[in-house]
Amino acid sequence: MLNSFIFGNLTLDAIPYHEPIIMVAGVMMVLGVFAVLGGITFFKKWGYLWKEWVTTVDHKKIGVMYIILAVVMLLRGFADALMMRTQQAIAVGHSMGYLPPSHYDQIFTAHGVIMIFFVAMPLMFGLLNLAVPLQIGARDVAFPYLNSLSFWLTVSGAILVNISLIVGKFAATGWLAYPPLSGLVYSPGVGVDYYIWALQISGVGSLLSGVNFTATILKMRCPGMKLMKMPIFTWTALCAMVLVILAFPVLTATLAMLTLDRYMGMHFFTAAFGGNAMLYVNLIWAWGHPEVYILILPAFGIYSEVVATFCKKPLFGYSSMVWASIVITFLSFSVWLHHFFTMGSGANVNAVFGIATMIIAVPTGAKIFNWLFTMYRGRVQFSVPMLWTIGFITTFAVGGMTGVLMSVPAVDFQIHNSEFLVAHFHNTIIGGVVFGYFAGLTYWCPKIFGFKLNEKLGKVTFWCWFIGFYVAFMPVYIVGLMGMTRRINHYSAATGWHPYLVVAFIGALIIAAGIASLVLNIALSIKNRNKEGYLDTTGDPWDGRTLEWSIPSPAPFYNFALTPEVDSIDAFWKTKQEIAQGKSVQKPAYQDIHMPKNTSTGFFIGALSGLFGFGMVWQIPWLIAVGFIGVLVAMVARSFSTDTDYYVKAADVEATEAKYAALRQRGASSLGDSAEDDGMLGSEILNKAT
Amino acid sequence: MSSQQKVETYGTGRKTLKSYMTGLVLSLIFTFTAFYLVGQHTLSTTALYVSLSLLAVMQLLAQVIFFLCLTNKTAEGRWNTMPFIFVIAIILLLVGGTLWIMYNLNYHMVH
Amino acid sequence: MTDHSTTADHHHSADAVDVFGFWLYILSDCVLFATLFATFAVLQFSTYGGPALHELFSLPYVLGETMFLLFSSFTYGLAMMAHYKGNTRRVLQWLMVTFILGVSFVVMEVNEFVHLVHEGHTWQSSGALSAFFTLVGTHGLHVTIGLIWMGLMMFQLMKFKLTPDTSRRLTYLGLFWHFLDIVWIFVFTFVYLMGAI
Repeated sequence: MLNSFIFGNLTLDAIPYHEPIIMVAGVMMVLGVFAVLGGITFFKKWGYLWKEWVTTVDHKKIGVMYIILAVVMLLRGFADALMMRTQQAIAVGHSMGYLPPSHYDQIFTAHGVIMIFFVAMPLMFGLLNLAVPLQIGARDVAFPYLNSLSFWLTVSGAILVNISLIVGKFAATGWLAYPPLSGLVYSPGVGVDYYIWALQISGVGSLLSGVNFTATILKMRCPGMKLMKMPIFTWTALCAMVLVILAFPVLTATLAMLTLDRYMGMHFFTAAFGGNAMLYVNLIWAWGHPEVYILILPAFGIYSEVVATFCKKPLFGYSSMVWASIVITFLSFSVWLHHFFTMGSGANVNAVFGIATMIIAVPTGAKIFNWLFTMYRGRVQFSVPMLWTIGFITTFAVGGMTGVLMSVPAVDFQIHNSEFLVAHFHNTIIGGVVFGYFAGLTYWCPKIFGFKLNEKLGKVTFWCWFIGFYVAFMPVYIVGLMGMTRRINHYSAATGWHPYLVVAFIGALIIAAGIASLVLNIALSIKNRNKEGYLDTTGDPWDGRTLEWSIPSPAPFYNFALTPEVDSIDAFWKTKQEIAQGKSVQKPAYQDIHMPKNTSTGFFIGALSGLFGFGMVWQIPWLIAVGFIGVLVAMVARSFSTDTDYYVKAADVEATEAKYAALRQRGASSLGDSAEDDGMLGSEILNKAT
Repeated sequence: MSSQQKVETYGTGRKTLKSYMTGLVLSLIFTFTAFYLVGQHTLSTTALYVSLSLLAVMQLLAQVIFFLCLTNKTAEGRWNTMPFIFVIAIILLLVGGTLWIMYNLNYHMVH
Repeated sequence: MTDHSTTADHHHSADAVDVFGFWLYILSDCVLFATLFATFAVLQFSTYGGPALHELFSLPYVLGETMFLLFSSFTYGLAMMAHYKGNTRRVLQWLMVTFILGVSFVVMEVNEFVHLVHEGHTWQSSGALSAFFTLVGTHGLHVTIGLIWMGLMMFQLMKFKLTPDTSRRLTYLGLFWHFLDIVWIFVFTFVYLMGAI
């Protein structure tokens, strides 16, 4: 009795001693965590971390933390991918490979969940955090504290997924956990529970971020920035965030019903008592399809910014680009059935959703032409972000075409759940989302950190990913057409798939080289951040067009010393032209700046939610109570707090700006450790203000 | 006197006692009509479904206009109204699509 | 901190953004309810041999619940009117009335649930009852959260009086409370009334 109160269902058996692969991975992970914690202690950075990062409400720092989370999880998710590719490359005929089915099933589930929820989503929110407030001339997002909360909720979800590696197990159901397989009868263990709580907790974070950024973009633009004068990335971000607001509640409700099935014995999706498993499939895709547009739309925006910047031309067809995004936003809610054409609806239903799917390809196609026409007769600079963009245009066109192919229900009946589908969505997600986010990281890195990434290594990363993608996934298309279904961990030699899967494995290795060069690039660029070729003293290293390039790099914590005013789409570009034509610049009159204060509430609510989730997974009563009550108390306490903001004095703003101006003039040669100095500025001013 | 003070309504339109009273009376009428229709059961089934749905939509409008005071008259009000309309459209799409899909599935499974 | 000429303006616009953000959250909550409504519509006849749902409901009882919630929405409006006039005491009085009406609603609903469970119609009996308990229960849970919030609100009003912060939160809570009554329109129409046809 007492035992079950303290530990719930958790016993020592939950640790998979008998599975050496999991244990090795788990031990490495634990060692990694200890190494990081030890490092922080050794260098005495706990106070700094707490003050400058954990409790921060600065959107730029939160964005950086999102990206760190995404890169760490990318390593985990990609390790899963490599394990699967290895298994499929060797598990043919008499060889059963090295992964037992139960483990293999967890790996493909974890791979999908991690890549979508804990790599792509955090990368997207990271980039939005970095760029959107700067692009619209705002000092921060609408709800800085909620922003911090969103991030820590996402971290909690990610930690739950990682804990499942060593304590218990993860879901073995596929990344969308279809019932009845994910119901209590067929998945009695804690795997699905980890899945549910990780997604619920991070999903709440995503929803809050969606509200936050929608409000930011709609309400906090600088004077003069009408909707049709917003930078295109901000536009696509807005569309994606509207989709988050509309789609994530569906995920929340659907997972909640699955939870009620599992925890309270309800019968929404069970195979008996009148439950309807097909309803789950319907609902989860009503979220799932908008979700892919949530990921791809900001990537479209990044390509648009990059193309215009590196071709030195205004974006071709700005308003058609905007309208295409809006149409996609709306239509993305009208196509979800194409994920389950084969479930048994009638011909009319399938036809309507098939045609809707074909229609949604039209605005996307229009965008492709816009990018091409922007490049046409432009002075194209083949920088790293531009390479990603060109790689995207070609790759995504292929992925889009295979998508339209599958939108024909009759064709889909042949290739549903085959490796062809797997190749298709990797084609669009790698070729669309990943390429775009990497382009965005390279593009905005100098604005956030004050240094550029290494150009050569960036190109190596691009070519590894680009070639690796084709080598890895073209064979997968082929085996799909040969009849290979997805998620199998062993096949007969007579199928003839083996050679293709070996090639796919080689492709995965090439992509691995790409990831290695990315990590190396980050490390090397940080090391050389004050050297010529890396350091950005101008604030405008790419000769950019939008407002974020009008402020120094790294962006000061208050972003804009003076609230900018704009009257055109590429406002900063226009200002630069006018200055070049001899228009004089007035000496700015600085004013006090109103800023939000740091708060630890977001961190604590995130951590308590994680405890609550862990308690729910193992059904540990006291932990559930502590987590739940703790969250409530933290929220109430926050509502009583009045000490949430402060003013930066105009004189301090002027001093900071002068320091930046001096840096700019002195240039790269005599800077020394300027990057660290700049990092200190924020806290100095904060101390003076309080 | 109060009407001369500047009152922050966050773009929801000025709330007045009159609008609350109107909203209450309309809601009462719609509610009682709906319960009365079901209680009497004189209409045909289809007519009942249609009239109940209509009454619900009218009460929705009554409460949105007179309680929430959603308005189109001010710029700030439009910012609140536009997302509202968009959400309603998406909800119709979502619920309508789900019902269509699921009933169609049922039909093909059973028959 | 005192001599900022722009402070008031700034807070005004920041508060407006806050309320807009809360409105967006409410809209997302609408989608959550829409999902549950769709689920109920699909599963309402899957009673697994149990009695049809309408045999379990009493319409006059539901009408009673409806009245409590509708009038609480109205009295919240009266609280807002008092708030415009800056009359904290009157605000508190009307909030108290709203609170009592809301509690009555929740008590009636819990009573209905207890009654159903005692007769053996639990959420484990069938898909239809799972959907019913979840949809109506989620609404009830929202009302309960609203009540807890209202209690907190009254406490803060007594402590801080009408400040920009409490006044903004009153607006939040008002949006939330009216929204819950609007959701209830669809609950009684689609769950109770249409079930009874």
